[in-house]
Amino acid sequence: MAGGGIRAKIRRSSLYTFSCYRPRTSEEEGPHDIQGPGYSRMVYCNQPHLHEQKPLKYRTNYISTTKYNILTFLPKAIFEQFRRVANLYFLLAAILSLTDVSPFSSVSMIAPLAFVVGLSMAKEALEDWRRFIQDMKVNLRKASVHKGDGVFGNRPWMKIRVGDVVKVEKDQFFPADLLLLSSSYEDGICYVETMNLDGETNLKVKRALEVTLPLDDDATFKDFNATIRCEDPNPSLYTFVGNLEYDRIVYPLDPSQILLRDSKLRNTAYVYGVVIFTGHDSKVMQNSTKSPSKRSRIEKQMDKIIYILFSLLVFISFISSIGFIVKTKNDMPNWWYLRPPDKNNLFNPNKPLVSGFYHLITALMLYGYLIPISLYVSIEVVKVLQALFINRDIHMYDEETGTPAVARTSNLNEELGQVDTILSDKTGTLTCNQMDFLKCSIAGAAYGTHASDVELAAAKQMESGNAFGQSEIELETVVTSTDENERKPAIKGFSFEDSRLMNGNWCKEPNADVILLFFRILSICHTAIPELNEETGDLTYEAESPDEGSFLVAAKEFGFEFCKRTQSTVVVRERYSSFQEPIEREYKVLNLLDFTSKRKRMSVIVRDETGQILLLCKGADSIIFDRLSKNGKAYEEATTKHLNEYGEAGLRTLALAYKNLEEAKYSAWNEEFFKAKTSIGGDRDVMLERVSDMMERDLTLVGATAVEDKLQKGVPQCIDKLAQAGLKLWVLTGDKMETAINIGFSCSLLRPGMKQICITATNEATLSQDPEKSVKENILMQITNGSQMVKLEKDPHAAFALIIDGKTLTYALEDDMKHQFLNLAVDCASVICCRVSPKQKALVTRLVKEGTGKTTLAIGDGANDVGMIQEADIGVGISGCEGMQAVMASDFAIAQFQYLERLLVVHGHWCYKRIAQMICYFFYKNIAFGLTIFYFEAFAAFSGQSVYVDWYMLLFNVVLTSLPVISLGVFEQDVDSEVCLQFPALYQQGPKNLFFDWYRIFGWMGNGLYTSLIIFFLNIIIFYDQAFRAGGQTADMTAVGTAMFTCIIWAVNCQIALTMSHFTWIQHLFVWGSVTTWYVFLAFYGELSSALDENAFRILTEVLAPAPIYWITTLLVTIACNLPYLAHISFQRSFNPMDHHIIQEIKYYRKDIADRHMWKRERSKARQETKIGFTARVDAKIRLLKGRLQKKYSTMSASTVIQHQT
Amino acid sequence: MQLKFLQFRSSGAAPKVLEIVDRYDVECVPPSFRSNKLEYIKDSSIPKNCSRYLQVNKHMKAPIYIYYQLDNYYQNHRRYVKSRSDKQLLYGLKYNYTGSCSPEDANNGLPIVPCGLIAWSLFNDTYSFFHGADALKVNRKNIAWESDRNHKFGKHVYPFNFQNGSLIGGALLDPAIPLSDQEDLIVWMRTAALPSFHKLYGRIEEDLHADEILEVKILNNYNTYSFGGRKKLVLSTSSWLGGHNNFIGIAYISIGSSFIFIALVFMLLHVKNPR
Repeated sequence: MAGGGIRAKIRRSSLYTFSCYRPRTSEEEGPHDIQGPGYSRMVYCNQPHLHEQKPLKYRTNYISTTKYNILTFLPKAIFEQFRRVANLYFLLAAILSLTDVSPFSSVSMIAPLAFVVGLSMAKEALEDWRRFIQDMKVNLRKASVHKGDGVFGNRPWMKIRVGDVVKVEKDQFFPADLLLLSSSYEDGICYVETMNLDGETNLKVKRALEVTLPLDDDATFKDFNATIRCEDPNPSLYTFVGNLEYDRIVYPLDPSQILLRDSKLRNTAYVYGVVIFTGHDSKVMQNSTKSPSKRSRIEKQMDKIIYILFSLLVFISFISSIGFIVKTKNDMPNWWYLRPPDKNNLFNPNKPLVSGFYHLITALMLYGYLIPISLYVSIEVVKVLQALFINRDIHMYDEETGTPAVARTSNLNEELGQVDTILSDKTGTLTCNQMDFLKCSIAGAAYGTHASDVELAAAKQMESGNAFGQSEIELETVVTSTDENERKPAIKGFSFEDSRLMNGNWCKEPNADVILLFFRILSICHTAIPELNEETGDLTYEAESPDEGSFLVAAKEFGFEFCKRTQSTVVVRERYSSFQEPIEREYKVLNLLDFTSKRKRMSVIVRDETGQILLLCKGADSIIFDRLSKNGKAYEEATTKHLNEYGEAGLRTLALAYKNLEEAKYSAWNEEFFKAKTSIGGDRDVMLERVSDMMERDLTLVGATAVEDKLQKGVPQCIDKLAQAGLKLWVLTGDKMETAINIGFSCSLLRPGMKQICITATNEATLSQDPEKSVKENILMQITNGSQMVKLEKDPHAAFALIIDGKTLTYALEDDMKHQFLNLAVDCASVICCRVSPKQKALVTRLVKEGTGKTTLAIGDGANDVGMIQEADIGVGISGCEGMQAVMASDFAIAQFQYLERLLVVHGHWCYKRIAQMICYFFYKNIAFGLTIFYFEAFAAFSGQSVYVDWYMLLFNVVLTSLPVISLGVFEQDVDSEVCLQFPALYQQGPKNLFFDWYRIFGWMGNGLYTSLIIFFLNIIIFYDQAFRAGGQTADMTAVGTAMFTCIIWAVNCQIALTMSHFTWIQHLFVWGSVTTWYVFLAFYGELSSALDENAFRILTEVLAPAPIYWITTLLVTIACNLPYLAHISFQRSFNPMDHHIIQEIKYYRKDIADRHMWKRERSKARQETKIGFTARVDAKIRLLKGRLQKKYSTMSASTVIQHQT
Repeated sequence: MQLKFLQFRSSGAAPKVLEIVDRYDVECVPPSFRSNKLEYIKDSSIPKNCSRYLQVNKHMKAPIYIYYQLDNYYQNHRRYVKSRSDKQLLYGLKYNYTGSCSPEDANNGLPIVPCGLIAWSLFNDTYSFFHGADALKVNRKNIAWESDRNHKFGKHVYPFNFQNGSLIGGALLDPAIPLSDQEDLIVWMRTAALPSFHKLYGRIEEDLHADEILEVKILNNYNTYSFGGRKKLVLSTSSWLGGHNNFIGIAYISIGSSFIFIALVFMLLHVKNPR
């Protein structure tokens, strides 16, 4: 920014002690040798007009993720439609209906098909339009682009061309892949957040070339000119090869100068960059794979049913044709009234086989009503409406960010009801990636009264859950702060509450000097830089890790405000009590010993104002405890106890320690350290580590901190409910093992007393010839041991947790081992995979999906989860954060993890049942209808004549029976959403597939068969030769057909009314409206002149309605058709009820209000046996307490044995 | 296919509806032709008169409906059903597309009115009833649906070029009478749903008394012998439910009893192991 802004005057790069002296190897190399294929791109910086012609005309920055455009829509969409077997069949039938072979008029074949296909295409168009709108939102984002003469102006992203110079300001996204020229920092570095690309939240440093550093002002671009030669567009995010020719000197470029599209500028006021790759050429777009089209299990099974029906269709067609051939050959010559032979060969007794072949085609068309033509389109309509319900669900609307849940594809709604395993990302999904300083232990005294989420939830659970043993439990329950209202306005990163330390009161504590030291370590031992917010005057901290940030905030609140960092000093404003003026103290930073995951600690060596040299160290407790001096262990025991408590409460802990140094000793060490630092070669790191290690010894323990990795709202409860619903949760995280385990504890995936099976690759390079092999063997042994352990476990309540890291996973996922691994993992209650790469996430997902054959759901928020999201049966993206990558790849997007519960347990459950019932009903009704046509054939010499008027059949699928089934699919609910949430075990009906197993499907088909028999034969018997009117008239074919059709309409509509358990006026309207529509249609149709052709003229008003027998028959047939189903559901409800039946009954009799106790009992019974989650945790605790109690009692008196049932 | 198994003929179950059924296709063939009925029916020189005597068992109240019943006759065959032109029936020669009537669409280059196989194969047996020497009056008007007469068969459409070909099918039509008044044709053109069917022939509008003997003089013209179809004459009274139909009652009773049965079973089960 030209006018002010934050111009960080320090070279932040020098803070990185381990790397700051590292020679930059790339600078010593010459420019890359760029030639040949794959390296053809030329970019003329600041001369975008050169890129307007071929061959330099590259793709624009316009991105499009739509499937179609205006031109391709029709052909492509039509092609897509007719890829479905059923639709293709109907298309062929429609074409054939133009010939003589057809049993129907052509319009009755073409109209429904056109309707159905048209509707599906309209849906496609709508979805594509939405994608287009989303694309345009991105395309129309504004970026500041150099417009010539050093003037920058805004331009939409889509208009940005290769070669443009753009200026990106803090917290903006890069509009394309850029070459970094300069930044607001003098040394040309900038910080980039690549969350959208790889999901990593830490900032990455990018560094401009030295030569381009002077270009740090708008005006300097007036005459800027350079040429870039580089690689062609490719998907590799971490490589870049290119040369920059500037002032006739060629400089090599490497990935650290490249700013990728969709990453974000952080902590840097602005940067200038030249556009290299635009639009679909950019790395991130090259990386985006087309999300695979997923189909739900039910749909796959439905396909099988369709094939069964097709086989049935072909089968009865063959039977008909054989019957036809026999009849035609033997009998037809005698039927003089037919005037055989036929010159068209359709009915030629002399050529029975030819006629038979024609007849086969006719029959295939005639019995086409077995295949529900409107099934696909109805399901599509239903799913769109279901998706609308998901999108509009106010309980899944995040008010803070204003994001609703979004069903991005509606294909998978019902799959949500069948999930067995959830694979979850951690950061950003389970946690907010925000740390809250919650508790601390100083000098062996614990401070901080605020309870963690885990404690709160556990306490709540205990209060509500268990009536017995209450007193015992309460003894051990954490006392939670109840004074919610008195809480101060929340400070981000700080939820500490303890008056003993706040407001300077700590001075009065017995160990005030240790506390002082503790605060100093917090405020000095870190690598953060302060940033002054000019509006409020507050300091914010840009820290490498959120833990550090929370320490600084905490220190500030305690009165130790870290306010300034220079190259070598840290300034802390210390205030000892609230009445005193703060004193600024400057600490000279002598050395910084970095944090690495291996070291698990960091230290600073500072010289304070008195000249005393101090080493301040913070690190993992186990590491620190090993390094304490004999005198420094004064508080070890107490601190360890506190640390355990914190761990149990799901907090992240660090231990703090210090040591006073003598001048001479320090300078001796420093020399060695410097030597190590400046050495070149592979063992540099090893040397550094060794030297650091020498220093960080004989420490004195000060205390420990407990930071809450703030879980997202409602996560523990949600996990608990999901566990009760019988779902397994795997956590796949890129984080290190300790963090992952901590989170496991805090969201109750792990609990004390759970047996943890940690599988790690042994690091030491073994001496055997094949280290690879020995590592593998080792891992295999660990897996077998684990399995053995699980198998040998006697205690039914024992729960196991599997924790595995990414490196080990690479071996465990190999073909020869993966099944053992999977078996072990399936036996464990919770599985946590840490340090896994995005690819491994996808591989694990695939392993679970294919290995167990169950439905998997992957949930994540970052780009690193994209693979997993796409691989899983259902991908869910968290849309609350800014990253859109995961959301774009997902099938469903929700704002917070906690909404997953509602998405699965309510919507998933409903959608599963709706779709399952709907499909079953579809097959039922089409079998019921289609077979009557077949029966009639047997009475019509298999000639291919239908008893129904074409128009009836046309309307059957499309109008007369479609709306009720759609209302079933959209509105049906067995129990309302509240009850779904209260009885999570109901969810298991989905994974167990109780509503769409073959038993049920064939049951419905049998019902259809029965209905068809009843309808056809009752009608035939009643109407076949006797007069049906008092006037002596006999029924002709049209009258019989119409009466029969009336019965079908009534029977199938009553059937669906019986199937529904949730009625609103809409269902009533649709069901009874359909029946009414039939009569209305019949009355109208009877008046049309076209009805004359069909003998259907005034069929209702003149012929049927005045005949009482018509109405009596309708009643009789309808009752007879629904009798078995009615008997079946009555039997099931009365003698073999399913869970939801019982709940419905309780609800119906209002027992839940009248008899709370029973309601509660049912609820606790309806829980799935679970080993993870709060409930399990509480149960385990109760068992533990009871065990203790029992021991106590048994020692008191051997006769008293208290038995509790769990 | 015969529907014998469907025929409920218990006379006592529905006392209101009485029926007299007489099969005459065999008896009306002179014994000398019994072995070759086809030759008999095809030879137009042989007179087709035949007399049948029907005994009235119980008092039958007027109106008594006269039906003819054909068996094994596929009026529902697709080739047959389609072979008609409703437009022509209404508009006559003004409507000149008769393609749908093939093969009975035109003869000697002229269209046939009414065209098509259905009309061509019109039933042509006739019945006249005698009470001793007195002829019983048979009303043959209003046997077809009113809408058919008024809206479907033209009032000014007269038979034309009908049964002029080498092959004579069924009845001839009086070219002087418009189609809308040819009620036999109208009834016949309402194709039956099943291969065994009744069609209304006329009505006797006076009561028949018990133990009366009716003489029926039949002109046995129609060929059902080539395909072995039976011909029956049916006299029947009707009730508010129409003709002789016990089935619906039986069906209702069985459905009702199955409900009761299921209810009993459920009750027993419930008593044995209550939930």
